[in-house]
Amino acid sequence: MSSAENTAAAAAGEPGLAQRLGERRGAALALALGALVFIIGMIVPLFGARWVNDVIAVIAAGFAVHGALSLYDVQQRAPQWYLLSLVVVTGFLAIAYHSGLSPTDAGGLAFSLGDALSSGAGSWTQMTINGLAMGLLIFIMASGMTLTFGLMGVLNLGHSAFITIGAYVLMTFLVSDWGRGLSGAESVVANVGLLALVVLVALVIAGVVGLLFERLIVKPVYDNHLKQILVTVGGGIIITQLIIAISGPNEVQLNQPATLSGSFIVGPVVVETFRLVAVAVGAAIFWGMLRVINRTKVGILIRAGVQSTEMVEAMGYRIKMLFIAVFMAGSALAAVGGVFWGLYDTLIHPEIGGLRLFQIIIVIIIGGLGSITGCFFGALLLGLLSNYVGFVAPEVAEFSSIALMVAVLMWRPQGLIPVIRM
Amino acid sequence: MAEPLLRLEGVHTHIGHYHILHGVDLTVPEGELTMLLGRNGAGKTTTLRTIMNLWKASQGRITFGGNDITQTPTYELAKSGMAYVPEDMGVFHLLSVRENMELAARSGPIDPDRLEWVVGLFPALKKFWTKEAGTLSGGQKQMLSIARALIEPRKLMLVDEPTKGLAPAIINELVGAFQQLKETHTTVLLVEQNFNFAQALGDSVAVMDDGVVVHTGAMADLAADEALQTRLLGLSLDSHQ
Repeated sequence: MSSAENTAAAAAGEPGLAQRLGERRGAALALALGALVFIIGMIVPLFGARWVNDVIAVIAAGFAVHGALSLYDVQQRAPQWYLLSLVVVTGFLAIAYHSGLSPTDAGGLAFSLGDALSSGAGSWTQMTINGLAMGLLIFIMASGMTLTFGLMGVLNLGHSAFITIGAYVLMTFLVSDWGRGLSGAESVVANVGLLALVVLVALVIAGVVGLLFERLIVKPVYDNHLKQILVTVGGGIIITQLIIAISGPNEVQLNQPATLSGSFIVGPVVVETFRLVAVAVGAAIFWGMLRVINRTKVGILIRAGVQSTEMVEAMGYRIKMLFIAVFMAGSALAAVGGVFWGLYDTLIHPEIGGLRLFQIIIVIIIGGLGSITGCFFGALLLGLLSNYVGFVAPEVAEFSSIALMVAVLMWRPQGLIPVIRM
Repeated sequence: MAEPLLRLEGVHTHIGHYHILHGVDLTVPEGELTMLLGRNGAGKTTTLRTIMNLWKASQGRITFGGNDITQTPTYELAKSGMAYVPEDMGVFHLLSVRENMELAARSGPIDPDRLEWVVGLFPALKKFWTKEAGTLSGGQKQMLSIARALIEPRKLMLVDEPTKGLAPAIINELVGAFQQLKETHTTVLLVEQNFNFAQALGDSVAVMDDGVVVHTGAMADLAADEALQTRLLGLSLDSHQ
């Protein structure tokens, strides 16, 4: 490209060759520097305190991975894959480094590559499975909320109450005599059949409550976000209090169905069966949602409605019916999320949904309000990062999700996959 | 003049505290292309949006095929045979051209013969059939917007400034497409500021100023009377000629 072409490209807002070369050099430098610091940290742990070496290793590894990804413009072409790769690969390097460090007899620290690869790789695999399970469960709970916001412009802070409904439907079944019998039976058919029934009942109850919630609480405050926040929080409190009135305020410990509980060992990795179930269910729901959203006329209508409700109406579609259907589906999905989160957490209490609301909001903000795929990636990022950080530095695990949100918003204020509203 | 398909009688529209339409009287004859002209801010777009009930008429009466539609919901109007092409084109940017068209075919799958006719009017759409509509140029988006309105037979098309911001070559393509559409005797109410475009297509004309219709008649009569053009349309006309 000539300098004239560079100037023309710059005028058109595209990076010219010189700029691209500059970016490539910067990326290569980041990769080289990060790798160098990381390798030095492996050969000679520079500091006495383990956590200081860990922090330096994480920063160096992150820098190197960022450099490697930047060489291929991944962050521009596919920001969600860039961030996921950054978290997963940096997570691996950080966990491996952390596992390879051990105190010496002389009171210092030494790094063992063998420990890093055997113990570190096993821990990373386990944390990745845990992170995927947690992320996909959060995705199930969050997807309805992001869809409701994207299509209807409604910020439903009462969404968490529907998660609680799902968890309490689960509890009601599992503490009953016949439910306990089916759950405790060493039979996949009995266990999965029971779970399918729980999901079905949760879907119906949450769908009906969602319908009433939309008609009685949300409908009067369309187009007024401040009132939406107030009335949906109020509506959520009412539902939670009704649940307490029916089921009591106490925590209830549950047992997972017999064939879905326990764990098995693959090499150095201990895998909990239910986490794999959660990954499979979350992935199946995401796949199903993508099929509906991308391949059906209802899905096209929802995607169109997220962009312009007015134009959908002007084409002859009754958008209010779509609003109601999406609100019911979103509420039902939250309840399904509540069922599986209840099985994951095994401790059912009235705040089980409320405690997840914070993570759900972070996930839909990271993903881009209204975006199902963005919500999926946001949830995976949050789940994986929480688990990786929880392994290396448990004391800052909670903070990691806030840091992730702040970082994403500084980089892309509209989220990873923004949905444009006309 | 043919029987009116659409009639507005003393229609007033308020948007918030602003009183935009001050008693619009307008008739759109069946099977004709009626031009709605006027300066910026005269109330043309508001008139179309009020017909579609996207903004509520605060007073007056609108009839379509003899039925009072003043309070009829927008989706019912669309189902009854009205198509609306808004000023901003209303294209769904994140949907493909195909999905935009499928959505417009409200009553079922797209009729292949009808699609062939529409694509014949706007051949560029075939080339971009699977592309996201947001990647199209302004002219291509306008073609898609009009094609969506045409994908099913309509009784009335409301089209808002289709030439806005388009290159002359694209405008000529649109003139050709609307001329072919006229041969099907579809009733069209078309808001326009480009007088050459209006002159080439209009059968009848209504001119608006300050929220009321100040002139109605045959397009040919207005085209032949320069003094009337200057009085009704003023400088905005000259700038488009």
